[in-house]
Amino acid sequence: MNADWIYTLEALAVVALVTILTRSLPFLFFGGKKELPETVIYLGTVLPAAIMIILVVFCLRNTGLTTYPFGLPELLSVALVIVVHRIGKNVFLSIITGTGLYMVLIRTLFMVGS
Amino acid sequence: MMKSFVFAFKQAIPVFFPYLFIGIAFGVLMDEAGYSAGWSLLSGVFIYAGSMQIVMVSLLTAGASLGTIALMTFFVNARHIFYGIAFIDQFRKMGREYPYMIVTLTDEVYSILCSIDYSEDVDVRKTDFYITLILHLVWILSCLAGALFGQLIPYNLAGIEFSATAFFITVCMNQWQSLDSHLPAITGLISALVFYFILGPSQFILPALAVSVLVLIIMKSRSKSQKKQLGLEVEASLTEPVEEISYEC
Repeated sequence: MNADWIYTLEALAVVALVTILTRSLPFLFFGGKKELPETVIYLGTVLPAAIMIILVVFCLRNTGLTTYPFGLPELLSVALVIVVHRIGKNVFLSIITGTGLYMVLIRTLFMVGS
Repeated sequence: MMKSFVFAFKQAIPVFFPYLFIGIAFGVLMDEAGYSAGWSLLSGVFIYAGSMQIVMVSLLTAGASLGTIALMTFFVNARHIFYGIAFIDQFRKMGREYPYMIVTLTDEVYSILCSIDYSEDVDVRKTDFYITLILHLVWILSCLAGALFGQLIPYNLAGIEFSATAFFITVCMNQWQSLDSHLPAITGLISALVFYFILGPSQFILPALAVSVLVLIIMKSRSKSQKKQLGLEVEASLTEPVEEISYEC
């Protein structure tokens, strides 16, 4: 373990630097310009909505659709979040109820032997 | 200043759950792999990327080469390249805090900043900075707590990771209500689903993002040329030409 600390430090530094790079790229490209290109401004207004929904799919990507319980816990919990958020419009409440339902479902109705 | 801080804190709260859960999970993994709490702390401070930190544990224990690690990190985090586009002007006005805002732009911070509805009595710049700082601290503490006390938690928090999904859904819904055009969201959904079913869970996100960008740019130029042809002063409508394009991807 001790002999490995240099490798660990290097590995951490690489992960940190590459992560910073991915986050900095748009700023490196466009941050220095006085006037942003029209297309970039346009993308800045429309892209977030597209990205956000892609992130939802990204979060659910490991849901097993072909084996029991066929994504049902996720489907039901997503539905509950949508309904609660429509009615209550309270982010906190929507997250708690949805996550609560999900945690109950995977322990009861849809328990998969582990 | 106090008002901005309280407002920022309220905006940040929904993300506390996913951060706590993922941070603790990371700390526990590091601890189990034999790395002392200091490494978890360092990762939380300087990497600050949830899924990547968890991937990193397996890379570390496998002794992966630095080149492999760099490549892996790039692919896991490449989605971040698309985030800054919306904040170039907003961040560069921030002066001293500009670089900090860039390197801490996580999925969750990005979604809060995209959907935030500033109340009138707060300072936008300060609020953005406080949200970012509060969440960074929560993340660091979560990583550390996992490494130090993770073993003590009666560890059956399984399923709490759904809080991240729930959070992003609420952001989507808030945006859906506040935006005039739903086409960007629909474009994102279709391209995500299409690439998910073609390429599978681990590879769909980059093509989905890239194609969304392309489709949105095409929509813009089409609606422009249509306007010219018709000689009409249509307000930024991206409507007609879209559906056929969406199906192509």
